Amino acid sequence: MTTIEVRQKVLDIIADIALDDDVTTIDDGVSLREQLDLDSMDFLDIVMELKKRHKVEVPQEDYPKLATMQSCVDYLSPKFQALA
Amino acid sequence: MSLSPSYDAVVVGAGMSGMAAAIRLAMFDKKVLLIEKHSIPGGLNSFYRRANRNLDVGLHALTNAVPKGTRAAPLTKLLKQLRIPYEALKLSPQTHSLIRFPKTTMRFTNDFNDFDDQIKSQFPNSAKGWSDLVEVIKAFNETNLENKYESAKEKVSTFIQDEELREMIFCPLMIYGSAWEHDMDWSQFVIMFKSIYLEGLGRPEGGVRTIIKLLTDKIQELGIDLRYRCELQEVLTDQDSVKAVRLNDKKLGEVKVETKLVFSSAGLPETLAKTQGYDSISARSGSMSFTETILFMTKTPSELGQNSTLIFHNNRDCYQYEKPQQLIDDQSAVICLPNNYHEGTSEFSEGVARVTFMANNDKWVNLDEENYKLEKEKVTAKAIALVASYFDDTPEITFHDTFTPKTVTRYTSHFAGAVYGSPDKSRDGRTKTNGLIITGTDQGFLGIVGAMLSGISMANLHGLQGGRL
Repeated sequence: MTTIEVRQKVLDIIADIALDDDVTTIDDGVSLREQLDLDSMDFLDIVMELKKRHKVEVPQEDYPKLATMQSCVDYLSPKFQALA
Repeated sequence: MSLSPSYDAVVVGAGMSGMAAAIRLAMFDKKVLLIEKHSIPGGLNSFYRRANRNLDVGLHALTNAVPKGTRAAPLTKLLKQLRIPYEALKLSPQTHSLIRFPKTTMRFTNDFNDFDDQIKSQFPNSAKGWSDLVEVIKAFNETNLENKYESAKEKVSTFIQDEELREMIFCPLMIYGSAWEHDMDWSQFVIMFKSIYLEGLGRPEGGVRTIIKLLTDKIQELGIDLRYRCELQEVLTDQDSVKAVRLNDKKLGEVKVETKLVFSSAGLPETLAKTQGYDSISARSGSMSFTETILFMTKTPSELGQNSTLIFHNNRDCYQYEKPQQLIDDQSAVICLPNNYHEGTSEFSEGVARVTFMANNDKWVNLDEENYKLEKEKVTAKAIALVASYFDDTPEITFHDTFTPKTVTRYTSHFAGAVYGSPDKSRDGRTKTNGLIITGTDQGFLGIVGAMLSGISMANLHGLQGGRL
């Protein structure tokens, strides 16, 4: 799976959670929390959706690695690869 | 439809909190059974139809009514958690509301500065204390599940010495959610203060039906087993843990369903009374109950000269928030004028006024049938007279209906018609039985938004994260 595909999968999840936010303008290098109305409850939902939709597990100590879109892609790509 | 022999979770009560909890659990693939004693959803915020008219129970106003896109607000938070777009609520903000005491009348709107200005100009000696209080409230984390119980009246009186002002501030907050008489728990006071004064009031077009429809659509979409006319008989336990529930289902008769997790919105004492292993129940029944009269009129309130959405009416210098000695307390009331939220929409073909009085459940329950009818008529007459006193012209009433604490007890499982539940809350939802979780009014978040947030947060904490705070 390419990093572009991983980014799209994360974006799909975020779009479903932050459904009143515009996710098309996300700056990949900037904290998601700063750009969107996401709080800790929503990050838990991102983690649970990753598990539900893609069987990708994110342990609690790795939650900070989901801070920006770029860090999500960097962190999750090997996990998606491992499943492929 | 038949029931499965076992579920990941059984949710008791298809009110706001129960529906929200069931939705959250099912979103993450939990197999959920949602049971409701009544034949329709909504619980304490429900609806009915009489004489070709839609009537609402509860929901004078949706609190926390922030505009779309407001960050980190309870309303937007819960919409995200339930995956409901803001627009779907069709929320209209209030015009303004009145707090009317014998000597003073104050207005508030969804712009907090209006209220702030009024208080500073009408109570100049309290201006400093008021500002300090607001800062403390803004900084307080009212949803921390580990907050201690504290008297709000005592705490507020250290900032504001003027009793009339204190009583006026407390009046709407108490009648819209306090299970305590005379006082509120500080955390609950802060919840209500933020949700009503700082965030504001609104009403979905279509009233409570609009919210319920959004929730029941989700329930259907997620394939949750929802059974109406299905009542909890007993929570069965095994060494202090939930193992099953015994249900009485109108169609299926008595059914036993295995589960390790029960989320009950039936109330704390009400739930414990049905759980194995509780010989005596320390949680008290609530005593705050109400009558409500719904009036339909040939003219709208604004045609009759009244543009407020809510009027908190009080004829005494103090605000006596308590179970009245008589059937009702006719010296204070809340008037809701729903037309005024939606000027220019087609929802209402008539004027509507709703009048709520504090009521004494025991007195209502003890009336025989004939006197019950008679007393209901007296309440209706008082409600009409009160509403008329806020209009320029006498309203012409086309239809009216009044419900009482007896009605509340019949359609919900809450003891004593207690609308705001027990004065004893279980803030983290836990009981001494593992897997038995309290949601809704007895978990302690208030109002419709609070009830849904309660269902969401209890489902998240105990159903999805395994109880880790």
